[in-house]
Amino acid sequence: MSVELTGAEITIRCLQEEGVQCIFGYPGGAVLFIYDELFKQDKVRHILVRHEQAALHAADGYARSSNKVGVALVTSGPGLTNAVTGIATAYMDSIPLVVISGQVPTSAIGLDAFQEVDTVGITRPCVKHNFLVKDVKDLALTIKKAFYIAASGRPGPVLVDIPKDITQHKTQFVYPDKVVMRSYNPVIKGHTRQIKKAAELILSAKRPMIYAGGGVILSDAAAQLTELTQLLNFPCTMTLMGLGGYPASDRQSLGMLGMHGTYEANMAMQYCDVLVAVGARFDDRVIGNPKHFYNENRKIVHIDIDPSSISKRVKVDVPIVGDVLDVLKELIKVLKTEKEKTDPVALKEWWKQIELWRERDCLKFDRESKIIKPQMVIEKLFHATKGDAFVTSDVGQHQMWAAQFYKFDKPRRWINSGGLGTMGFGMPAAMGVQLANPKGKVACITGEASIQMCIQELSTCKQYKLPLKIVNLNNRYMGMVRQWQEFFHGNRYAESYMDALPDFIKLAESYGHVGIRIEHPEDVEDALKEAFKLKDRLVFMDFITDQTENVFPMVPGGKGLSEMILV
Amino acid sequence: MENEAGALSRVAGLFSARGYNIESLSVAPTEDPTLSRMTLVTIGSDDVVEQVTKQLNKLIEVVKVIDLNDGNHIERELMLVKVRATESDREEIKRLTEIFRGSIIDVTDKSYTIELTGTSSKLDAFLDAVKRSAILETVRTGASGIGRGDWILKV
Repeated sequence: MSVELTGAEITIRCLQEEGVQCIFGYPGGAVLFIYDELFKQDKVRHILVRHEQAALHAADGYARSSNKVGVALVTSGPGLTNAVTGIATAYMDSIPLVVISGQVPTSAIGLDAFQEVDTVGITRPCVKHNFLVKDVKDLALTIKKAFYIAASGRPGPVLVDIPKDITQHKTQFVYPDKVVMRSYNPVIKGHTRQIKKAAELILSAKRPMIYAGGGVILSDAAAQLTELTQLLNFPCTMTLMGLGGYPASDRQSLGMLGMHGTYEANMAMQYCDVLVAVGARFDDRVIGNPKHFYNENRKIVHIDIDPSSISKRVKVDVPIVGDVLDVLKELIKVLKTEKEKTDPVALKEWWKQIELWRERDCLKFDRESKIIKPQMVIEKLFHATKGDAFVTSDVGQHQMWAAQFYKFDKPRRWINSGGLGTMGFGMPAAMGVQLANPKGKVACITGEASIQMCIQELSTCKQYKLPLKIVNLNNRYMGMVRQWQEFFHGNRYAESYMDALPDFIKLAESYGHVGIRIEHPEDVEDALKEAFKLKDRLVFMDFITDQTENVFPMVPGGKGLSEMILV
Repeated sequence: MENEAGALSRVAGLFSARGYNIESLSVAPTEDPTLSRMTLVTIGSDDVVEQVTKQLNKLIEVVKVIDLNDGNHIERELMLVKVRATESDREEIKRLTEIFRGSIIDVTDKSYTIELTGTSSKLDAFLDAVKRSAILETVRTGASGIGRGDWILKV
């Protein structure tokens, strides 16, 4: 008979069995036994954050940039409630995470014990699944299930709540090779007949359009999307979450679509006759008003692993449920064997129309400005990093400019909170990205409002020597709030001014980092070059940018895609 | 669905989070103690019902979802109703109970407690037939449903 292990030992052994190399967390009463076991081993590295929200964002950035499951460890009560924003962020963007939370001992549950919250109840609406472990004998299988559920199907965060006494109880440790769940069997392979139907529709198109979302990134199907797009000579647009799915610097890319998408992408989306939606979900920021978007002459193919994403906001004609990677491979195979070919004359006409839209040059900005234009900073960042950096962002104007002006040619390089729109995401996510890619260049594009929501993580970066390059577009406003107030609230800038800002240079320096303030356009390029030369230092670049700059194009809320406000 | 603590709250939570309405919900373990069966009555357009079905299927503990309206089915609900029954009312209520094929399962000198099974609309009809002021208390289980004939929901 093998020796018995405590719940705490089993927890760590499970992480080792899963090949987890790095976890993010913060200790506390309910997880002390687990931390004790972490201390006694060296296979799983623990990164101590300064706030549990950051632990989740870091695990999230780690997962997004590496295609591994991110792991976070937090204590009960406030440890967990602090983590909820990060869990919800990952849930909205379908990021595979396993969150281990401590809980008060089973005998104290329900008695309003110190640092007790109903973790399973609080997190239920923002996890793919969660578990409360009530018997140490169930612990290993539960953790195995958590990893399986998190990473399979449409990925998402899974939480395992472990009461403190369970971490002390002993049992034999057996880690199952695999789990079979009768109630959970995600569909991977697409339906053959549906794929055939899709191929026929695609080949009949006169004005086709490929619309790719985060599902392409999540299923590692960028190569297949690229092959499909080029095989057909179709235009391709990407959602905020899909950037990097098709090379942005290629001619066939129309850039991002949606509320702040390009003119050509939104117009082509509105006026195409066959739309191929790949791992995308037609959300409100993408298609605007669904009634305006509706067009009875437009046929839609929709490939998605989640059946509930199909015909949720927009009715589709050929739904294909399955993993994007599998379905695209199959679709390409079928297309290559079809006798029918695309109509080159119609396609030529369509491209001519698209080029006319493209000539509108919707992303133009004043390049002669004496004040730093935020768009120009992103462009220079793109050039300084040769387009090869991992770029995280916070939420707001800077996020949109990053999406518009940094040309992502590879997947998993653009890391942002798309669904939940969580300010404070950027820097902790960048920490996770850097830990998953120790040799990678990691830039965090942020603003002076967002960065302050998790600014304490400068301390974590110091402890683990994470050489992030922070690009702070400092316009002394919550820029996107200000923009909406300018457009829709009569220029009444209610509470959107960032007063009493810290001296970011001194702040960065006080943590042992390098700070640079850049106030003139001509200094932008040199500052970026200098920053990236400092390979092993975190550099905080505080760019003093134009306060009045707005993000264009813009589809106002409730409007249709072709009703953009243009610059 | 799996007969596990918390499964019911996931279903209830899903409905409130996504703004679907629950008309009634009845749930209990089946002959296989690891499984519970739930009958949930909701009202919505075909699109909404399709989304409800898909969202329910997404819940990890839900094993299988069927829409009983896709075929012929039988629906039954149990109601216990306590009514004031004095003097001349006693006979009248007894007769009414017989008409509705219910039975009186508890008697005091002032009240009857009646057990009634049927479709939800039959139970509504009974309540309409009884004088409003005579109804002291009602408790209903919500509908339970099953397919007709060979239509079987098996996991």
